[in-house]
Amino acid sequence: MRLVRQVLTIAAKDLRAELRTKEAINASLAFALVILLMFSFAFDPEADTTREISGGLLWIVFAFAGTLILNRSFAREIPNDCLDALISAPIPGAALFLGKAIANFLMVLAVELVSLPIFGIFYNVHWAQQPAQLFGVLVLATWGLTVIGTIFSALTVNIRLREVMLPMLTYPILVPALMGAMRLTAVLVLGKPIAGDDLSWLKMLIGFDVMYTAASLVLIETVLVS
Amino acid sequence: MAAVAVDGLWRFYGDYAALRDIRLEAGEGACLALIGRNGAGKTTLLRTIAGFARPGKGEVRIFGKPPRDAQTRFRMGFIGHGISVYDELSALENLMLYGKLYDLPDPKRSAMEWLERTGLERVKDGLVREFSRGMRQRLAVARAFLHNPSVLLLDEPFTALDDKAIAVLQSLLRDGLASGKTIIMSTHQLREALELASHVALLVRGKVAFHGPRTPEMVNDPGWVYARYGEG
Repeated sequence: MRLVRQVLTIAAKDLRAELRTKEAINASLAFALVILLMFSFAFDPEADTTREISGGLLWIVFAFAGTLILNRSFAREIPNDCLDALISAPIPGAALFLGKAIANFLMVLAVELVSLPIFGIFYNVHWAQQPAQLFGVLVLATWGLTVIGTIFSALTVNIRLREVMLPMLTYPILVPALMGAMRLTAVLVLGKPIAGDDLSWLKMLIGFDVMYTAASLVLIETVLVS
Repeated sequence: MAAVAVDGLWRFYGDYAALRDIRLEAGEGACLALIGRNGAGKTTLLRTIAGFARPGKGEVRIFGKPPRDAQTRFRMGFIGHGISVYDELSALENLMLYGKLYDLPDPKRSAMEWLERTGLERVKDGLVREFSRGMRQRLAVARAFLHNPSVLLLDEPFTALDDKAIAVLQSLLRDGLASGKTIIMSTHQLREALELASHVALLVRGKVAFHGPRTPEMVNDPGWVYARYGEG
């Protein structure tokens, strides 16, 4: 129960700080919308091919836009040496990690949910045909993106070029999760059910989340204390 | 048992040994002033004692336990170079945040109490980014004392403080020592530090050049210990 309280305290602190400044969320949302718009110039919205690759386009945008939020996660602690105070507080590294991951997850998910209708308009995609399933895929893939982004944000927090290093480190690891999310999203926006081989992608996405969440919880203490 | 015991501590940055075989002890109610020139290793030593950095060799014990032990962290307060409070939160929100993380029974009451003690109660709802430097420092002091720690680790605590903040901090440290708290502080402001210190440790190039009780010579002439044991 104490762990849950600590996790929620950290998450609430990060969300409150972000909502006051809106630095990361505004940058991320603006970036997502601009990239969606620019990609739309390159593809014919009437073409079937566009709808088939739309899942891939969407997740490329989400991965890039999400990184802008994830970069700020631990960088926010640097200006006043707040990370020292968090590390010296009697909370497990796992609580700090989960609190930050939950705050990041909610912010990235919010950007994704705002971007979806714009995506539907620009690419002529009926994304709301299977909303519950699509939301499920968004949640699973966003959690994977967030977990990897949060642990690497902690790892790169003291590096000068962290804005460059974070995507360089996270994208290769995210490949399986992004492939699964792209495939499942494409299937759902085309109005098809998730069945057959696509179920394997869903299972892989769940496995990815479980495995990297567990690994991050084990490693975070080592990452935080040099 | 010593409140803080450092035994054979080495800390490396690559091949460079920033701390070399440090052996120190501070008993309950003692105030150890850690002095030395820039780059002598004071901050590295304090950060290693606080558990922010792992020793290369040797060990640190706080009341017989490692610094990363959860119980030890409940008993330790740290003021570093930064103020460790969030600019985007109000003074009250900052202290309540730390009150919750330290599992205080009533975080709001404790936060209000410390805002009053540091003279910040009138600006409790103001965002820290709107505070003057002195007010921010006082809030940092309130944050470090909020959970009533038994061991206080202070890195240059008087640097950049205004007169009011120095007075508040000195009064809190005196009260703390009177109630048996252990204080280890690194400082260049020898006069303020030696007024409070019961013991002094001089670091020279990562090694302890002197460690012992504060003597009247040190109070009368703060440069004496450098001249006698340091490199002039």
